[in-house]
Amino acid sequence: MTVLSRIAPQLIVLAALIALVSVFYPGFLSIDIQNGRPVGPVIDILKRSAPVALLAVGMTLVIATRGIDLSVGTIMAICGAAAAWALTQGLGAGAAIALALTAGLAAGLWNGVLVAVVGIQPFVATLILMTMGRGVAQLITEGRILTFTDPGFGWVGSGVALGLPVPVWIWLATAIAVAVIMRRTALGLLVEAVGINRRAAHLAGVNATVLLIAVYIASGFCAALAGIVVTADIRGADANNAGLWLELDAILAVVIGGNSLLGGRFSVAASVLGALIIQTISAGILLAGFASEYNLIIKAGLVLIILVLQSPRIASEWRLWRDSHRAERGRT
Amino acid sequence: MLLSIRSLTKVFPGTRALDDVDLDIAAGEVHALLGENGAGKSTLIKCLTGAYLRDGGTITLEGAPIDPRSTLQAQELGIGTVYQEVNLLPNLTVAQNLMFGREPRRFGLIDMRGMRSQARATLAQYGLSIDVDRDLGSYSVAIQQIVAIARAVEISGKVLILDEPTASLDAAEVAMVFDVVRGLRDRGMAIVFVSHFLDQVFDLADRVTILRNGRRVASQPIVGLSRMALVEQMLGRALEEVVASPAPEAEQAPAMLHFDGIGRAGVVAPFDLTVAAGEVVGLAGLLGSGRTETAEMLFGIRPAQTGTARDADGPLDLRHPRAAIAAGFGFAPEDRKTDGIVADLSIRENIILGLQARRGWARPIPRAEQNRLADDYIRQLDIRTSGREKPIGELSGGNQQKAVLARWLAMNPRFLILDEPTRGIDVGAHAEILRLIRTLTDKGLSLLLISSELDELVAVADRVIVLRDRAHVAQLTGAAVGADAIMHAIAGTGDAA
Repeated sequence: MTVLSRIAPQLIVLAALIALVSVFYPGFLSIDIQNGRPVGPVIDILKRSAPVALLAVGMTLVIATRGIDLSVGTIMAICGAAAAWALTQGLGAGAAIALALTAGLAAGLWNGVLVAVVGIQPFVATLILMTMGRGVAQLITEGRILTFTDPGFGWVGSGVALGLPVPVWIWLATAIAVAVIMRRTALGLLVEAVGINRRAAHLAGVNATVLLIAVYIASGFCAALAGIVVTADIRGADANNAGLWLELDAILAVVIGGNSLLGGRFSVAASVLGALIIQTISAGILLAGFASEYNLIIKAGLVLIILVLQSPRIASEWRLWRDSHRAERGRT
Repeated sequence: MLLSIRSLTKVFPGTRALDDVDLDIAAGEVHALLGENGAGKSTLIKCLTGAYLRDGGTITLEGAPIDPRSTLQAQELGIGTVYQEVNLLPNLTVAQNLMFGREPRRFGLIDMRGMRSQARATLAQYGLSIDVDRDLGSYSVAIQQIVAIARAVEISGKVLILDEPTASLDAAEVAMVFDVVRGLRDRGMAIVFVSHFLDQVFDLADRVTILRNGRRVASQPIVGLSRMALVEQMLGRALEEVVASPAPEAEQAPAMLHFDGIGRAGVVAPFDLTVAAGEVVGLAGLLGSGRTETAEMLFGIRPAQTGTARDADGPLDLRHPRAAIAAGFGFAPEDRKTDGIVADLSIRENIILGLQARRGWARPIPRAEQNRLADDYIRQLDIRTSGREKPIGELSGGNQQKAVLARWLAMNPRFLILDEPTRGIDVGAHAEILRLIRTLTDKGLSLLLISSELDELVAVADRVIVLRDRAHVAQLTGAAVGADAIMHAIAGTGDAA
């Protein structure tokens, strides 16, 4: 299966959503340049997709191993708090970013060891950090919202480079880098093998333990990037609310991307498209002028429709209908 | 007869699991049910307990026809079952487990005191005096098994089915459970006893029924029956039928691998083994005799606790599968669905998986090379498929097995362990795989071949090691490798040594 045919359903859904929103809001696709910055709904969606798209990249790998990482939202809060703390201590943007990324890697290592070495079910293992991590973040910020004014760090969240907001470049680069690493090395195959049949992979000599730890570290790293972007954008770390519930959006993005929660075959590109789809729905509901009370209900309804349309059963029914239709036409 | 089964038949798609089976069980007897894997023992028991609906035949209990449609109904009719894995709730107390679902009531609430005293009284009949308020899981498996028996007898009370109740017990615990079973027999219960351990069958049973391929082979009193006759009936061949085709007396090649005193407590008793280059060593024995456990130990899945392994260059590390692979070992497991294939991956990916894992993730096998390897093995092993990109889960069992073999051959091992390589494979593929085994050894590959099919062992093995009750009991070499000798060794009779 080529990459394009794999992500075709997500591309079609995205195109349909764009068309739908454009009906309600004709200026949807317009992009203006103000003060040298591109502005417009599409640019906004690309930028606001950054946290979920980044989380979805890591989550895709974890889910491919038949796992789940519920702690990513919390890791965002920890990493944001760590970066803000570094800045308030007078350290530079580089040091703040390095500290935040290290915290993300450490959090991922913790999850990975619990799952792969201790043998706790991923759901429970990552639930531990999900619960504990917000406490850690609150300890770092001492319960306050830690604000800072470092322009260099702020640029990561709200700057513009080469005509696009910096967060867009970050998630694009991360997604492409991960996808290339997975498919240009044997990692993708080994991750899929472990996800489909860990025992058989183990007996064939695959080091499943190290692979599992690695995917949780990758997920922690992606969460750290997401935490940095969010913290830099609002120039402050809010331990209580940063990344709150985003793990669920990330899982949803992976599922909309057509990746099975039972592990195995995965597509990073499709998950990122899933994140874009979620953000397009959220933005589209607002742009279309629905009262904000309807937001969540409409979003849930659209997601349900997308998932039902993507289900293998619908696909096989459709193929059956198409083939019988063709056969009928062939007779007449 | 307390329980009479006539012409019991159960059909699954493509196979008759039970074909016209008769069985009579009297009150006050222990009736052993024997047969190799797939003989129909579990199907028969499931038809009796209502887990399966039979397709034909009648079941009569105390002269009245019965038709159990669920295990609950079978229990109420008087047929209770105790399984190999204790089928109770380890996190409830002994009393709660015994009285579960029929607790004594007082004012509509459970009468705790009454429950305890009833439980104590029940267990006293079995010579057990234990704290009934402790969690069941805190007691040994033997005690749990006796509690399970007590519960089954309390609820049902006419027929007790014991489905391999001793598989996870040690000798003293087995004796303890057997005392309980004998007591029940003397009280007039009919007991059906399923076991793979022949010693236990001779120890406990009064009569024995043997099934093979879904048919009843024989029902007979155990007194006066020889082990040999029993094994013959189970394996379905009489001695005179055996056409021994002794392997040519190969000149003794120097040993390539030495295993000295290798063993694991409670799994396989320590044994010595040497393997020469190009040699086929067969492992024979009944199910549960320790064949697969031996293979898993040599391949580092459940590594040895005692003994050493070495080759000409020094000691070998076999502590986990990757180490064994590095030592040049390969292992095609018996259960290829759960242990062998990665179902959603393509044939190509399954074939290169082991090779890729050994090279490491950073050095992917180039796609052209992958394609060449896959196509080569698909042709060489004659894997029937529409192409190398087909998910392996869609192939037939024999072709899946060949693909798993290809995975190992692609890694060029020096010692390959094949656990039941022909199980569940149709006759044509069976012969092909045996032919393949011969060509491999001609090229110098050494094999450890585990098989329940004596013909298979006799046909390809240079040497056969026989296991019984988790210990290596005999070794047959060269001309001595014959089906009759193997059977003697399995049964523990005759002079094979």
